[in-house]
Amino acid sequence: MPESLSRPAAGARIVLKDVTKTYPGQAGPAVDSFSMDIAPGELIMFVGPSGCGKTTTMKMINRIIEPTSGSITIDGEDILSLNPNELRRRIGYVIQQIGLFPHMSIAENISAVPRLLGWDRNKIQARVEELLSVVELDPRTYASRYPRQLSGGQQQRVGVARALAADPPVMLMDEPFGATDPITREKLQSEFLRLQEKLSKTIVFVTHDFDEAVRLGDRIAVLSERSQIEQFDTPANILANPANDYVSQFVGHGAALKRLGLIPVHQAALGPNVAVRGAIEVNVNDSLRDALDSLVLSGGTPVAVVNDQGRVVGSIDIEKISAVLGAEILPPALAGGVRP
Amino acid sequence: MNDSFFSDFGTFLTKRSADIAESATQHLVVVLVSLLIATVVGVGIGVLVWDKPISRSVAIAGAGVGLTIPSMALLALLIPVLGLGWTPTIVGLAFYALLPIIRNTVVGLREVPPAVSESALGMGMGRVRTLFRVQLPMAWPVVLTGVRVSAQLSMGIAAIAAYVGGPGLGEMIFKGLSSLGSKNALNFAIVGTVGVIVLALLLDGAFVLIRRLTTSRGLRA
Repeated sequence: MPESLSRPAAGARIVLKDVTKTYPGQAGPAVDSFSMDIAPGELIMFVGPSGCGKTTTMKMINRIIEPTSGSITIDGEDILSLNPNELRRRIGYVIQQIGLFPHMSIAENISAVPRLLGWDRNKIQARVEELLSVVELDPRTYASRYPRQLSGGQQQRVGVARALAADPPVMLMDEPFGATDPITREKLQSEFLRLQEKLSKTIVFVTHDFDEAVRLGDRIAVLSERSQIEQFDTPANILANPANDYVSQFVGHGAALKRLGLIPVHQAALGPNVAVRGAIEVNVNDSLRDALDSLVLSGGTPVAVVNDQGRVVGSIDIEKISAVLGAEILPPALAGGVRP
Repeated sequence: MNDSFFSDFGTFLTKRSADIAESATQHLVVVLVSLLIATVVGVGIGVLVWDKPISRSVAIAGAGVGLTIPSMALLALLIPVLGLGWTPTIVGLAFYALLPIIRNTVVGLREVPPAVSESALGMGMGRVRTLFRVQLPMAWPVVLTGVRVSAQLSMGIAAIAAYVGGPGLGEMIFKGLSSLGSKNALNFAIVGTVGVIVLALLLDGAFVLIRRLTTSRGLRA
């Protein structure tokens, strides 16, 4: 198994304070007084419509765009006082168009930053092989290929590997999976989640896809015009309690279903064991959304819940699923009722 | 045209083979030297102007206008400044070779996807490294096509450079044309002209090889 990333550097704390970007000749700022405190190892999603300034905000962290005012620190260090190139070598950067270098082999693409940092040849080669394995591309097959010989999904994996090459504590990702087809996207997302579990980088991830934000993010910042933060909270809290109409609109229809997608079956109070009927059963680690899916197929009769060994450990029905959501909604609703 | 012409021509070739070889070599050298100068200057100008709309238009339009100056006139104008011989020839040739090289450098650099340049910058390459490691290598096949066009152009113009006492096969053409009616006039003109064509074809073939050797496998279609 390619599970060994050599001692990954844990993430860094990123603090943005009153960060503003005004372009000359434009009336209002593109980003207006943006402040955020990102904990080490957090995966933060910036969600918002096109043109809301989410990408601009992200690109100020590696100074692809220079802030007009405000301060940004990474682990307490003011990034505006650093040499931009040295700063960028410590920040992984993945963009939607990927931007692989077509004239370089995959190995050369991945080793771009290590070469800038002056690593020796053996260390670079070992790192390239390690990273290709991490993103599930066989080094023997792919190291010497060129980007144009790879599919879109494979190219995007190389893009992620390249960003990880020098083991940066911070990663910036601008709609990295946006250009891939839905099936590839879902696969890349789950691989990426598994990777992040091991690496715990501090990641700022820009997307306009709220479902992607729910799926990946530790916390989601819903942004509106001029990169104003409408709500900044965990996916579950945003789905359960959208701060305002703007956020509700962004959450869209099916908020309850999206929340179910975040909760594993074992969080529900399971009912008594039932006989497995046909193939309809759910694993305890599946989401409640999967459980609901099975219930629709079972015609509403309780569905067996099995553990990883395939042994039946209980059953689940609609009421049990609703109860899980209810338990989460109830306290704030009650609080609203008895508020003095 | 009859048997006696061919036997005369054959005798001419054998008797003058050393002269012909020398002229051809000089012709090739003068073209290559001017091409080298034009490539360095042209790529340099292209690199400086490609991302600045006004400078870019000025450079391309300027080089385009330059190309419309009749070569005979330009070479004549160079005589008072540079005298006769190699110098005005090389300067004149390099001048004509500039346009295709500048234009193709600009086109080639503009074809590099912005996302590729941005990811180079984003990983901390800096502008100069991005230019030399990413943008120019990616633009190279297009730049090289410009150099190749310039090479063909220079081959022809170099023949006219005999007018300013320049070296090469042009001398033979001029000698033939100025002594029409004399015994070897036609032979001189033919050898000069065909020589230029053969050299041009050989150089063009060399460019195919150079392109193959200097273009990354990742860029070949």
